[in-house]
Amino acid sequence: MPAMSNSPWDRRAVLRAALGLAAAGGLAACGGNNGRGGGSGSGAGSGGTLVQYFHAYGEAGTEQAVKRYAKAYEEAHVTTQWITGSNFESKLFASLLTDKAPDVFEFHPQIQLVESGQVADLTDLIEPVKDDFNPADIRSHTVDGKIYGIRMIDDPQFFFYRKSLFDEAGVGVPRTLDELLATAAELTNDKVKGIYLGNTLHSIVNPLIWASGADTLDDRNEIAYHTDGVVGGFRTLRKLFTSGDLLLDAPTDFWDPSALNQGLTAIQWCGMWAMPQMQEALGDDLGIFPFPKVTGGGKQAVYNGGWSMFVNAKGRNVEAAREYVKWLWIDRKDYQEDWALSYGFHIPPRTSIAESADRLTSGLPAEGVRLFHEFGHFDNIGWTQAMITALEDVLANCVRKGGDPEAELDKADAKVNRELDKLFG
Amino acid sequence: MPTTTARGAARPASGKASPPRSRRGPGARRTLAFWLFTGPFLTGLLVFVYVPILWSAWLSFFEARFTVTPSEFVGLENYRTMLTDDEFTGSLVTFTVFAAIIVPTTWALSLALALAVNRLRFLRAFFRSVFFLPTAVSYVAASLIWKMSVFNGVRFGLANTVLGWFGVDGIAWLASPDPPWYWLVIVTVRLWLQAGFYMILFLAALQNIPPELYEAAAVDGARPGWQTFRYITLPQLRATSTAVVLLLLVAAYQAFDEFFNLLSKTTWGRPPLVELYHKALGDSQDYGAGSAGALVLTLLICLVTLLQGRIMGFGRAEGAK
Repeated sequence: MPAMSNSPWDRRAVLRAALGLAAAGGLAACGGNNGRGGGSGSGAGSGGTLVQYFHAYGEAGTEQAVKRYAKAYEEAHVTTQWITGSNFESKLFASLLTDKAPDVFEFHPQIQLVESGQVADLTDLIEPVKDDFNPADIRSHTVDGKIYGIRMIDDPQFFFYRKSLFDEAGVGVPRTLDELLATAAELTNDKVKGIYLGNTLHSIVNPLIWASGADTLDDRNEIAYHTDGVVGGFRTLRKLFTSGDLLLDAPTDFWDPSALNQGLTAIQWCGMWAMPQMQEALGDDLGIFPFPKVTGGGKQAVYNGGWSMFVNAKGRNVEAAREYVKWLWIDRKDYQEDWALSYGFHIPPRTSIAESADRLTSGLPAEGVRLFHEFGHFDNIGWTQAMITALEDVLANCVRKGGDPEAELDKADAKVNRELDKLFG
Repeated sequence: MPTTTARGAARPASGKASPPRSRRGPGARRTLAFWLFTGPFLTGLLVFVYVPILWSAWLSFFEARFTVTPSEFVGLENYRTMLTDDEFTGSLVTFTVFAAIIVPTTWALSLALALAVNRLRFLRAFFRSVFFLPTAVSYVAASLIWKMSVFNGVRFGLANTVLGWFGVDGIAWLASPDPPWYWLVIVTVRLWLQAGFYMILFLAALQNIPPELYEAAAVDGARPGWQTFRYITLPQLRATSTAVVLLLLVAAYQAFDEFFNLLSKTTWGRPPLVELYHKALGDSQDYGAGSAGALVLTLLICLVTLLQGRIMGFGRAEGAK
């Protein structure tokens, strides 16, 4: 039937198309392997088995260290999930809803986890050694007198800069945001950009607020960030974004020291964790300074971030998880010290460890510790992920997209107030 | 005239070709074999596709925040929320823009590749494999390569290096939405990834065109090149073209990986699935609204597919003209 085979709609053509559909479906399924969905946690909490979640630290040896500690624990078999990618919080939140949820996980103190009964009360574990902890680290984990997480490490974030490039350009350390823009312009040439704030710029939202003399929330848990100073700060940042002096779309993000180490930028917002790598690459050609003042009434700011250990209150073996957390993050001070100082630099939240930390007592690390104490702002437990995202959207919309900060902050107010009503309402 | 030749050949095919039923004999063994072969696939389909769809349909009528087993029935509230949500409706616009660019470009590129490869005398298998290989690359991996080495914003990024040869300053491809260079990144990565696959479909169809048609056209005086392509090749590829456009549209609807990885933490350039991901699995974990949005989207896909079938006559021999 020659006519038959000439038809564009013959049996074989349709079959081929159908096969194509099926193949495309199969391929789409293959391409869908992007880490969505839960991990394959092995038998969470059954008997003597515990699962712990860590986000992927950038420093070499960290993953091995966490697994080494876990292996040394004799009371239970602890498996570690090392979560790579930039959205640890989404993966954590999603998995906490399932029965593959981790028994123990690291995160930041956020009150919605307490309100939804997701994290266990650890007050009795911390109480005996409470005085040994940095009081701010206790305060930021406390709701109604109960302590819900154990701080593992404090990570101050500030600006790192190349002293030699400052000398070449004849500029000093900027004290105000306007000076920072001027400095960045002086430092920029066809090889090096003046400044790097990370690809999304999100990590400077809070420092910008603090350096404007404002805060995320006030003592009564009401919005405190919506001030003229902050609005002005966002406008200034927009100027920086469009000036050509800001490094954009770098291969690595703010938390990785590569942009500064490889000479892509003269100034970079980063954390103290990366200091050892920077010192190794740059030697003495390295200095640090806090986020400069945005308004006359503001004060220079450093973000005292960090990571804390929490116990999943809805896990299958809460008691065993508490035991493990107590063993590692209260009792084993040798491991705590190793974790804080052997890979990146982190400030140990426990005074007894911090005082004996030789590596932090001189030179640039000591300067970092000084900035941490003098200008540092800790997490506010009432400032939750949804609020963080709301302000990140403000930055994206008015600094990167060119929207009006006043209008964008109004939009954020609505979102934040909805959260506040739910939590404190 | 070449036109009549092509049409004349197409016409007798009208009417459904009745499948040769006589070959399929009844019998328990055949039934068993049928279930044996399709069983695993059907089970997977049921567990991983139909159950989640039904579950999400159920969720869409409930206030389901931070839970997938909700108890508070809210009727159509989630649908109202999603349909009045600027971000969700905006994501449909983003999708439309994306589909309007990616569908014709992929169609044209894969057809061009197929024509080129089809003409090769040597190394045909080699080039066919070379163009097909990117299909095997994961979208996430390709996005990361595009983001970190091809289209990064520093002077030694591949794209900026090329621009540098012409004395053009480096461009931050993804950081700023204005001008929207990010579309170039998004579209090129998908083109690279999928063109080879559709090339294979076109290649198969090209090799299925009977050479007599071209011979007859030559006898009738049709010039090789554009004329034969326009009046013989293209009409003969109609079935495949339709299938390819359909597949491309569906694939565009499913776009997620490259947007999610290339435009992380932006408020723009979010197609529906990324928007729904942020809605349902983001900070608010609102599975009710997310499911409502997913069902709205499903409905839209069905509508568009049916409409397209109507217009292009897919599956209907009558419409082949």
